[in-house]
Amino acid sequence: MLRRFRADLHVHTCLSPCGDLQMSPQKIPAQARRQGVELIAICDHNSAKNVPAVIRCAEGTGIVVLPGMEICTSEEIHLLAIFENLDLVEQMQSLIYRHLEGRNNPEVFGLQVIANELDEVMGYEEKLLSRGINLTVDQVVDKIHRLGGVAVASHIDRESYSVISQLGFIPDTLRFDALELTRHIRTEEARKRFAGSRTWTFIRNSDAHYLDDIGINTCEYLLECPTYAEISKALKGEDGRMVCEA
Amino acid sequence: MLSASTVRKSVATLRDETMTLKDVVERLHLSVPTGQDHLDQIVTGGYASDLLSDVIANGKAGSVWVTMHTHDNIVAVAILKDLAGIIIVQGRQPAPETMLKASKEKVVIMVSDLPAFETIGKLSSLFDGGT
Repeated sequence: MLRRFRADLHVHTCLSPCGDLQMSPQKIPAQARRQGVELIAICDHNSAKNVPAVIRCAEGTGIVVLPGMEICTSEEIHLLAIFENLDLVEQMQSLIYRHLEGRNNPEVFGLQVIANELDEVMGYEEKLLSRGINLTVDQVVDKIHRLGGVAVASHIDRESYSVISQLGFIPDTLRFDALELTRHIRTEEARKRFAGSRTWTFIRNSDAHYLDDIGINTCEYLLECPTYAEISKALKGEDGRMVCEA
Repeated sequence: MLSASTVRKSVATLRDETMTLKDVVERLHLSVPTGQDHLDQIVTGGYASDLLSDVIANGKAGSVWVTMHTHDNIVAVAILKDLAGIIIVQGRQPAPETMLKASKEKVVIMVSDLPAFETIGKLSSLFDGGT
């Protein structure tokens, strides 16, 4: 039987240089639960190194955690890549790391903390995560799909790091599975401004960098159970699964 | 009704000095990956931006546009804004799809081996009466 699940598919952790230190593996699922969110995706900039710890912390809490990343392409477009399991997100991460240059300066960009399930600091990521990789948006979307993942254009109504700000409009050939909106725009307006002649699935996520932001901008999905496969179907409108409100 | 490019050409011929893409290519030592046959277009100014949304909002017809982008959307933006041509900086080459679309749509794409700062400086000096 299908029912509605509230999901927030864009949550950062303390691994993102702009993510608050309080965004730890233990605290994120607890906050999601308080906010009535049943399913989250962890999407740090260009890395998935904190995903395993968050998944372990969420075990037994009723919160489902999907492995993901927020990739910054060579055009400086942000997009979410969400996968079924850790192995796939790690394959994506290896590819991204091969195309990601530069070292982080924590004083300028912020700390990139790798944490374990006890909220202990395991180390600091040395690569500069918050920059564009040497792959184009088309190449990244293609790779996500080859790995069986879904590709969501991040915060398309933002004036920086969005497919719209960087490319002016969404190219006909670009096959995003959904477009993400911030809380600053209504879906009808977004459809008028950005959709063109195509039919898009719009979703809402918090893009939380601070604990208090988790769940502030979400939508509900009509699913049989809170899993990657079901979310993927909902984004594509398959088998009666769908995004309920955006 | 006269098209924007016809008007530009007639206005330009009234002036003593007109600038064409050919002049820009020669003065800035640019390569021309696509659009060699269309360098007689009049250039009325320049615009530099790496946000295509900004070029759509603020680009002016007849300008050459300086950018780092190689994505094929640059061709659509050039057509939309009736730009004279596109200069890609830092020796970056247009993507294959960009080349195809540009040659089909007769959009001139030039490449500067210099970074954006130097390219824009040289371009700007052409319009200030310098060299």
